[in-house]
Formats: sequence, C-alpha cells, structure tokens
Amino acid sequence: MPKLTIDGKEIEVEAGLTVLQACEQAGAEIPRFCYHERLPLSGNCRMCLVEMERAPKPVASCCMPVGDGMVIHTNTEKVKKMRESVMEFLLINHPLDCPICDQGGECDLQDQAMAYGGGHGRFHEHKRCVSDNNYGPLIKATMTRCIHCTRCVRFSSEIAGTSELGGTFRGEHMEIGTYVGSTITSELSGCMIDLCPVGALTSKPYAFQARSWELKKTESIDVLDAVGASIRVDTRGGEVMRVVPRLHEDVNEEWLGDKSRFACDGLKRQRLDKPYIKKGNRLAPCRWDDAFARIKDKLGGLDGSQIAALAGDMVDVEAMTALKDLMTALGSANLDCRQEGSAVDPNVRASYIFNTTIAGIEQADALLIIGSNPRIEAPVLNARIRKRYLRGGLRVGVVGPQADLTYKHDNFGDDANLLNDIASGGHMFSKILENAEKPMLIVGAGALMRPDGAAILACAKAIADKFGMVKDGWNGFNVLQTAASRVGGLDIGFAPGQGGLDTAGILDACGDGKVKVLYLLGADGMEAAKLSDTFIIYQGHHGDSGAHLADVILPGAAYTEKNATYVNTEGRVQHGRLAVFPPNEAKEDWAIIRALSGVLGKALPYDTLSQVRARMAEINPVFATVDKVQAAEWADFGAAGELLGKPLKSHIRNYYMTDPISRASETMAACTAEILGEGARTGTDG
Amino acid sequence: MNSATTETFAFTAENLEKAKAILAKYPEGREASATMPLLTLAQRQNANWLPRAAMDVVADMVGLPPIRVYEVATFYTMYNLKPVGKHHVQVCTNISCLIKGSDDVFKVCKKKLGVGNGETTPDGLFTLQEVECLGACVNAPMMQIGDDFYEDLTPETTEKVLDALAKGETPKAGPQSGRKGCEPAGGLTTLKEEA
Repeated sequence: MPKLTIDGKEIEVEAGLTVLQACEQAGAEIPRFCYHERLPLSGNCRMCLVEMERAPKPVASCCMPVGDGMVIHTNTEKVKKMRESVMEFLLINHPLDCPICDQGGECDLQDQAMAYGGGHGRFHEHKRCVSDNNYGPLIKATMTRCIHCTRCVRFSSEIAGTSELGGTFRGEHMEIGTYVGSTITSELSGCMIDLCPVGALTSKPYAFQARSWELKKTESIDVLDAVGASIRVDTRGGEVMRVVPRLHEDVNEEWLGDKSRFACDGLKRQRLDKPYIKKGNRLAPCRWDDAFARIKDKLGGLDGSQIAALAGDMVDVEAMTALKDLMTALGSANLDCRQEGSAVDPNVRASYIFNTTIAGIEQADALLIIGSNPRIEAPVLNARIRKRYLRGGLRVGVVGPQADLTYKHDNFGDDANLLNDIASGGHMFSKILENAEKPMLIVGAGALMRPDGAAILACAKAIADKFGMVKDGWNGFNVLQTAASRVGGLDIGFAPGQGGLDTAGILDACGDGKVKVLYLLGADGMEAAKLSDTFIIYQGHHGDSGAHLADVILPGAAYTEKNATYVNTEGRVQHGRLAVFPPNEAKEDWAIIRALSGVLGKALPYDTLSQVRARMAEINPVFATVDKVQAAEWADFGAAGELLGKPLKSHIRNYYMTDPISRASETMAACTAEILGEGARTGTDG
Repeated sequence: MNSATTETFAFTAENLEKAKAILAKYPEGREASATMPLLTLAQRQNANWLPRAAMDVVADMVGLPPIRVYEVATFYTMYNLKPVGKHHVQVCTNISCLIKGSDDVFKVCKKKLGVGNGETTPDGLFTLQEVECLGACVNAPMMQIGDDFYEDLTPETTEKVLDALAKGETPKAGPQSGRKGCEPAGGLTTLKEEA
C-alpha cells in the first residue's frame, strides 16, 4: 500500500485511491465541485488543486492516483492562492443572484466561496448569459448559474442510463443541456438536483417555497414503492415542503425515485381529515364516537365469518398488527394484505422477499427478470442492476414486457411458457444460468397476480433450484414487491387464517352477501360492483377509490405523519418517523383500531407504540431487529400448474401514479401529461 | 442549395456504402470512432450542413446516444448546424492574417456580398463567416471557400475570386499573388539553380 505525506502527516492508503480521497483520510478537507464519489471522474472544475512536491504544476487531486512517496500540501499559501484564483474564474460568469436562488443556504458554490474565495472579483466586463432549458415538470433550470461541473451529464449517462444531457458548443459558448430541448425522462432525474453544486438545477415544484434553514428535517422511510429508500422529510409548520434522499449504502445509496421525491404535494390534497358516515347516498362528516357507534351497531350479532379485512399498499405494520388482533378477537380469519391477489406463500418468507438483497445484486453474474419492469417498479433498484451491469460480466434475460431498462438485455418475449423452456434447460438462457456462479432471478409482482400466479411462482422456484440459485451464502430467488406494506403484512401474518378467505374469496363472498362487513385498511382500487351490498369501513388518509365505496370513513395518517414500521422488499424492517401531525382529526392508524376495539368490547392489550412493537416481535421475531435483512429459510412453495398463454407484463403502467398519494399529486399529474403523454392516466392494473 | 430538408435524413445508396467502409475501419465495439467521418459524409451529402435528423442517423449507426453526437457536432466549427450558401466563404482574421490585412479582405467580402458575418446572401450563393486560424499563416491573408484555400489575398484579388464564383466559374485555388505554394514572397533566396 502506498505511503504518502499529506501536510506533514504520513499516511498509508489503499492503492488505486486518488490523492483527494487520501487527503480526506488524512483529515485534510479539499473543496470540490465536479468530483463526486459515485460518478466517473472528470476533473474539470479545478477546485481541488493541491501542491505536490516535485510536480511542476499544481495537480487536480480528484484525478491524481496516489503514488508511493508523494508529498502533498493542502494548506500552504500557494494552495490558498490557487483556490482563490479558481474560485474567481468560476464566479466570472456566475450571476451571484443568491438572494433569489433556491439553492441559497445549501449551495456548494456559496459555501466554498465563503471558505476559499478571495472576497472580491476583478471582472468588470459583461457576464455571459445562457437561455434556460425546459427539462419538464420536475427540474427548474437556470443555466446562467451553471459552472459546467458536468455532474448532471455524468449522472444521466452513468447512473440513470438515459444519456439525455450533454455539454454542447465549446469554450465560452459551452452549454449544458439536451440540445434538442426535450424533457428529461429518467425516473431518477430528481437526483440531478441534489448533485448540482450550484443553483442551475433546482426543484421546480419546490421553487420559491422555503429556505433550507427554515426547515425541520426528519429522517424517515419512503413508502411509495417497496424499496424503502431512506429519506429526509423537510417540513415547515405543519406542511411537508419536500422529500430528499438520505444515504443508505445497502438500499438506495443516495438516489431516490422521482415519485418518492416529488409526490409529497399529494399529502396536502384530497385528505380525509374527519370521520364520515354515509347518510342516504352522501358521506357526512361526523364525530369519532358516532363513527365507532355505527360500526359497533353494524357488527353486533354478526358471526366472525361474516366480517373481513383487507390491507392496502401503504399500510404500516403496527396498524396491520392491531387490525389482525382485532379481527381475531372478533372471530374472523378473513383477512389478507395481498389486495392485488398475489400468489406468494404467506407461510414461506423466502417466497415473497428479495432474498438476494439490493446490495447483493452487485455480486450476481446472470439475471433473469420475469414479468417485471424494474425501471418503473423500483427505479433505485434498477439503478443498482445498471451499476452491476456497467462493471461488466452480467447477462440479463427478460421474460416479460419490452422495455428500455437502461442496460443491455435479451428480451425473449412475454409468453409465460418460456419459463418452462428455461426450467427444462433447453433455452439459450438456461446455458447462461447454468454457467453462472451467482445467478439470480426477479419475479415481478405483476406476474404473481395472474390467475396462474402460483404456477409461475412454482416455475420460478424450479428454475432457482435447477440452476443452483440457492446455495451457501447466496439466494438468487427474488420477488420484487411494489407495495411498501406487502412484506410487513405477510411477516405479521395478515393473511387468511384457518378456514379464512383470501382477497378474491373475500370479494366474491361480499358479492354473494356472505361477508356483510368489510374493513378496508388503506385498500383502494377494489371492484365496486361486488361491494354494493357490503358495509364498508374505510380507514385511510386519502379520498381515493376506497373511500368512495365506504359507509364509514376513519381518517388515518399518511407515512409522514406517524412513527411506523415498514418492511421493504428485501425484508428489511425500518422505522418511518413522524414529521408533521396528521391533519385535523385524523389519527395514527394503530391507535384508531385500538380505540375501536375498546368500543367493540374487545380491547386490544396495548396502549403505547412500544407495546404494539413488542406484540409485533412476539408474532414474528424479525421485527425485533431494525434495518437488517435476515436471511429467509428456503422451503417449498408455489403450486405446479398450467401456465396461461396471456402475456406477462408489469402491473404498473404509469410510474408517476400508483397510489393515493401520487394520484393526488399535481406534480405527478404534470409528469404524466408531459413525460408520458396523455392517455397514460391510470397507474396500476387490477 | 439543393432540396436538403431538416425533417428527415437518409444516406444515399452510394454514401451508405462509403459509410460502411468508414465503419469497417474501426474494431468492433469502437464504432463511436466513426462519428466524425460519418458526420462529414452526412454534411457533404446535405448541402454542407447538418440537420438534427442527420446527427440522429449517425448516432444510430455508431451506437451512441444522440446527445453524444450533438456534443461532437456542436464542438467543431467545421460542422455547420444551419444551412449555408453554395459557397461557404470563411475569412481568417487571426493574428498573422490580421497583420497582413485581413480586415480589408473581410471588408471587401462584406461589401461585395452585401451580408454581415454569419449571414447568407438572398440568392443562397454565399455565406460569409469570420473564422479563427486555418493554418495557412505563411500565405496570409487567406480565406477558405468550400474545400479550397485562397491565399495571399488583397482586396482586389478577393473581389476577383468572388466575382468568378458568382459567375459560376471556379477560380484557381492557392496563392493569388502568383507565387508558388509557400515559397518566399520576394522570390527564392536559395536553391535558385537546378542541381
């Protein structure tokens, strides 16, 4: 390992590091704009210049590999002058409009000009001016502020894989942009806002809304897809102003999908903020007591089998635990959290989680994707596959929809019967899987919600078994869930009990009149026709399709408004935190169910959040360990059967609208219209 | 100008053969190296300018995202991104030409053609452009028209060249002063006799 001296301090670092990284390890701070840990090097901002002994000129530390015996100075008078000069050059064409710039207060250029700048400029000529580009509804571009670090360009070509941005023209006339004036279509485009070290790219929906120092920052977990990305919710007063990603190496690194980042304006619209009771044909606001009394009235004298409960896509585990316990107390086994009718086996954890883990993707060398488009189902996870692909040596095969996944892959068609071919070893991809050391497969949620879902699951398991995907220290069998609540619900056993009905059974029984009362815990998108004679209790936070069916509405809290547990698709237990209080009379979800249980005379044995969490850990010990994936045991699951001829597809059609929050969001509506075009309005199938 | 359009572009059968030959020069996986020759070929086919459609066609052929090709095409000044006249008159005004009177040459061009820098005559015959050094300093001042250099210019010879072009003639390229190539302006000082 090379030894070098940095500011008189000897340090030994790993070979292959850059001088900048070595300086950081030695505790010397190096200012930089273009350098970013997760992007390829470019070395064009020159801010990281350091003095190297025996070198004729200052060196750009971000691009200089460490060598044995290097002597680096970062705090000499010469370095100080170099930084001041570079800063002066960078500021020559920068407008210095910080007072009207949204980046103000969290701007690298502002901070570094304060710390390393010379204090005044000597440039009296006219500054150049660049016309602004229209990048669509998410990114506001003020290109005059751009310092040409090319972080956004490198992000778009390397991480997002869409290569939409570039530096066109040259010298004084160089401009960053798309050249053709097109909208940026990447699902990760919001990350460019974070990467931009100046105010050239800022958030359009957040423009002129708040200053960074006014915001209260709450670290939480995203629930708009099943990846469970780490987020920070920035609030002012009782309002969520924006959502930005937080670093989590094993989940989202530092990226975040656009839906998760920009749908937060949906939290302020179409909210259920009071209880409602249906009177005649209309829902009328009422008091909590009245709503509970109505439910008690309705449940009186009903047998447990006449009651059922379904949990939706964004429900926290605490609420599901409370509802499950309540249903059990009422004598009902009719409960299911797989509202889309997925065929995963609630009793075998390995059948419904992403066993490989997201970080584990980086070790895979062959990947089979079945009935999924990870780019829109989990953009952050897709970026991880692309990262692995760029390193080379990953073969990707897809049996499912045609899509631009941002990496090279073979699409074999969308016929489910291809799975049998692959399993039997006769398919060309069988050879690839066979020769792979760490093969993996991803089954999309869309493939499992078909009538032949169990057979597809069995077929996928057969492929996993045949090609040695499950072995010591490696489990290549993965289900890519799309709902944040799904794994948590299955882990807590929110699934049909002894003799209980599953989602399809419950809906049929509602149609037949066998189930008289249906409790929808945040479950939307149900077929209204079958539910016309059923008494429906809807507990949730948005007036979406579920609420329209309801006879009683209990207003719950959205994910930013409660301390709650979610389990991501990998089976990672994570805690979201309360950033703002629920609006008006809305309450935390488990507490609503706890209060209802008291009214019904079946008081649940917990009064505090910690008691609920203790109960969760009692039901399933995975809940005792937070933020750690626990490997699931490999067992038998799925049911062999005939595969249907209908095409395998992703069940998400419109990435920007998949759930009540994003459907209520104006920003997401604008994305749907401008990026996807009209005609792509509805989000999910089924 | 011929009937080149901005909307669509396709190589002619003949140029497609040439394009294939260009692509074949580079090893597999390095097709991107063919970007610049292909852009040149496209420009020559398309009345000496590159519409976006042509860049897209080239991007597709070399397997690059279109923006990478736009970057190249906008970086080099010899790719014309807007339609130009039949004769693209590029007058060098860099230091050597400046010292030798390029200002007068440029002035004559402007007056003669009746257009300013970067403009095209209404008949579509000439586009006038001031350019940086074209590497013929020893024969300064000079201008490039199409693929030819016209060197050792004076206001008079400049006018003559433009007149000839306007009449549809092809003036002789090279030094307009009568000297051969870049031999000394005042005649040879050495090697005067045949050996």
